[in-house]
Amino acid sequence: MSLIIKNALLVDGQRIDLLIEEEKIAQIAPAGSITKGSQVIDAKGSLLIPGLVDLHTHLREPGREDAETVDTGSRAAVRGGFTAISAMANTLPVADTAGVVEQIFRLGEATGLCDVFPIGAVTVGLEGKKLSELGAMNQSAAKVRIFSDDGKCVYDPLIMRRALEYVKSFDGLISQHAQEPRLTEGAQMNEGAVSSELGLAGWPAIAEEAIIARDILLAEHVDSRLHIAHLTTAGGVELVRWAKARGVKVTAEVTPHHLLLTDESVRGYDAVFKVNPPLRTEVDVMALRAGLADGTIDIVATDHAPHPSEDKDCEWQAAAFGMLGLETALSVVVQTMIETGLLDWAGLVQRMSTNPAKIAGYTDHGQVIAVGSVANLALIDTQARWTVDRNKMASKSKNTPFNKMELPAVVTHTIYRGRLVLADSEVREGAAK
Amino acid sequence: MMKTHLLSINDLDRADVISILDTAEELGKISDGASKKLPTLRGRTIVNLFFEDSTRTRISFESAAKRLSADVINFSAKGSSVSKGESLKDTAQTLQAMGADAVIIRHSASGAAQRLADSGWISAAVINAGDGTHEHPTQALLDAYTIRQNFPHFRNGFEGLHVGIVGDILHSRVARSNVLLLKKLGAKVTLIAPPTLIPVGASTWDVEVSYNFDDALPELDVVMMLRIQSERMQNSFFPSEREYSRQFGLDARRLKMQKSGGIVMHPGPMNRGLEISADSADSLQSVVLQQVSNGVLTRMAVLYQLLGGAPLTQQAGA
Amino acid sequence: MAAVLDAGDIGRALKRIAHEIVERNHGTSNLTILGIPTRGAFLSERISAILAEIDSPVPHGTLDITLHRDDLRLRPPRPLLPTVIPAEGIEGRDVVLVDDVLFSGRTIRAALDAIGEIGRPKSVQLAVLVDRGHRELPIRADYVGKNIPTSATESVKVLLSEIDGDDLVEIVTGS
Repeated sequence: MSLIIKNALLVDGQRIDLLIEEEKIAQIAPAGSITKGSQVIDAKGSLLIPGLVDLHTHLREPGREDAETVDTGSRAAVRGGFTAISAMANTLPVADTAGVVEQIFRLGEATGLCDVFPIGAVTVGLEGKKLSELGAMNQSAAKVRIFSDDGKCVYDPLIMRRALEYVKSFDGLISQHAQEPRLTEGAQMNEGAVSSELGLAGWPAIAEEAIIARDILLAEHVDSRLHIAHLTTAGGVELVRWAKARGVKVTAEVTPHHLLLTDESVRGYDAVFKVNPPLRTEVDVMALRAGLADGTIDIVATDHAPHPSEDKDCEWQAAAFGMLGLETALSVVVQTMIETGLLDWAGLVQRMSTNPAKIAGYTDHGQVIAVGSVANLALIDTQARWTVDRNKMASKSKNTPFNKMELPAVVTHTIYRGRLVLADSEVREGAAK
Repeated sequence: MMKTHLLSINDLDRADVISILDTAEELGKISDGASKKLPTLRGRTIVNLFFEDSTRTRISFESAAKRLSADVINFSAKGSSVSKGESLKDTAQTLQAMGADAVIIRHSASGAAQRLADSGWISAAVINAGDGTHEHPTQALLDAYTIRQNFPHFRNGFEGLHVGIVGDILHSRVARSNVLLLKKLGAKVTLIAPPTLIPVGASTWDVEVSYNFDDALPELDVVMMLRIQSERMQNSFFPSEREYSRQFGLDARRLKMQKSGGIVMHPGPMNRGLEISADSADSLQSVVLQQVSNGVLTRMAVLYQLLGGAPLTQQAGA
Repeated sequence: MAAVLDAGDIGRALKRIAHEIVERNHGTSNLTILGIPTRGAFLSERISAILAEIDSPVPHGTLDITLHRDDLRLRPPRPLLPTVIPAEGIEGRDVVLVDDVLFSGRTIRAALDAIGEIGRPKSVQLAVLVDRGHRELPIRADYVGKNIPTSATESVKVLLSEIDGDDLVEIVTGS
């Protein structure tokens, strides 16, 4: 079984043919020079990049299969050009034991469209009181490397310190959802001019920044790695920049929606714009873009958070937090970072594939496109544009904030471990194992 | 020309506001007559959809609707919504099936009225009778009506009038609607409260902010007192009721400090002895009872403006 | 477009109407004049002034009928016009309603309802400057300035100096 991609463009401008045998890239040659092979994809000059890697995905299985499953989430992932996603721990039951993470890992394998790496909970039941069996999860078949109580903050400074220290023995990483709980009691949206006008309880930037600052100091003190999930404020970017300058081992992520949308979207009270952490201001958006461009923020992560319509089709206050992200991530980053001239495609690949794979230790992903690399790849029609239609998502849910928006760049093909899983933007039914 | 719904004071332009106040005034003259019922909205169905207890507001809307001969259905849905939002949608669809021409909604969630109007669940006109800590537009209209009644020379605008709004601005829908309306009519507005009860975004509202009631009082034509909820104390917005009352309560001493010819307003229900002393509430400056009776007239005017004509779709076709 | 009454004609018509009112009511002592805004109110003011001249001053007010109209749902909402009932009220009085043009009769029907809300007069009489026919209700005027037979496609336009700058009644063809 061999696969040829003809006439693809690499980010460095080379036009190539590429031969995949088994799982790996077997040959790269100038366009038009490779002819043998049982399956041929004509890239027609589309851009070939390493498959995208997401370190922040909510798949809802087990427990909320009405919102998303590992299967539908994997489909959404490959539609978005992802070959690896990381399933957050806030499932029902919580992924806080080896048993649950292995179950999710097996479901990912069974689906077989992309790698599904479970994230383990830092504390039992996400309650912030007692460390989960982090070592057992790491040593399980799922080989968990990232731990997070995402959705909740590891608020207790002592627990956070212990977690940061404990995972060092197996080079684990704590991904912190930075949210000071007391300052955000009942909070509904970013605190500022818009929240004051709309009469919605405010979520101050400081509630995020206070935890980021504390955790940076903790990580420095115990000399541990720290990852800041979904950074949203200009102040947070400053803190991470300061920490990196001091040599603290901190990495940070930003979501596509925080790169594009502001709290102005909340006017109208459409709960599709309700997300945790909340949409911030224009100033924050610009700081996040600048931070992602200059490397202060290492990666883009989707925080893909599916919710069934009854949890969004209601009063703002009663609605769930979260937005879909996998299928629109690349296009939103192209619009906010490439079309604005802040990043080139090589820079995008680094932040959506190379860096996240490196941070998480997903060694088969984010590799350079070279002979011998695992064939986790995506083909992008960079010239095409598409209109988001929430009724045509691969995800089981419809809560995309980008509905009806026209966005640049279409993912046409995704190749996962040498197998074509997405062709002409459609998931190949035969491809799922 | 008014929009289909009244969700926020932002739905009205200055001419709409003046027109509502003028209409209320004419209705007031007619109501002085022997019979209080007008045939204007005969055959129209108006639903009072109250997810939150508010007997005063409900009765005010109900008598406004009935005096215009509308059929009124009271739909109390208290307790069924906040925990699970789906019921707003379900309720709306039920009302749609019943053929409601207008829905007057009171809800504890900010934006619930707008959600109802924009969602496509219902085609009726939606009137916001108070949504969470967002807005209460008919209260602001009746307050403006009451101000105009007491300051006849400000008939066509409040330029030169100074209004102080005192108390829990942060959680007050009455304050939000009043700020928008008073600014629309050209008044100068000063918010008076401890800093904990001033929204962070108030700096963008084109109002003055004062933390000292005594300093502000001599300038104020209108003092608008807000109800203070004692549960705010538990969240450390202020240390104690007594301290609040001392700093921001309107008592006999402060009453004398107000600009002469001024009036005192309160949307009710009052906490006598907390934000307002009994003698202030019952003083000659107090127009609290006028506010109550003006509430019916103003709401009649709003109902007439929203329902008195053809539905917008029909007008477009005509 | 054709002028049917000029300023002089209008003045004479109102004077005649005033005399007829006095004659029919044997004086003015129990009279109350109510004009229907907008132009009916101005006409009623003029009639009141003439009555004061030829007999004695009479209580005079205006009556807005908007809220009693039966065609509210056919048009956008209209602003309410002033209703001013004289201090004596209308109970037991001989009320003379004044309007500019009598057409379908629906305005007068609404006015009778509006009066009914306010009180119970001894009688209600109707004075109009122009009766153009095409009645849709069993209503007639007691005092008519001029009968002007019209076709359905025509309309009658009354201009009064108080708001239109000039006194004139004309027939306009088409809508």
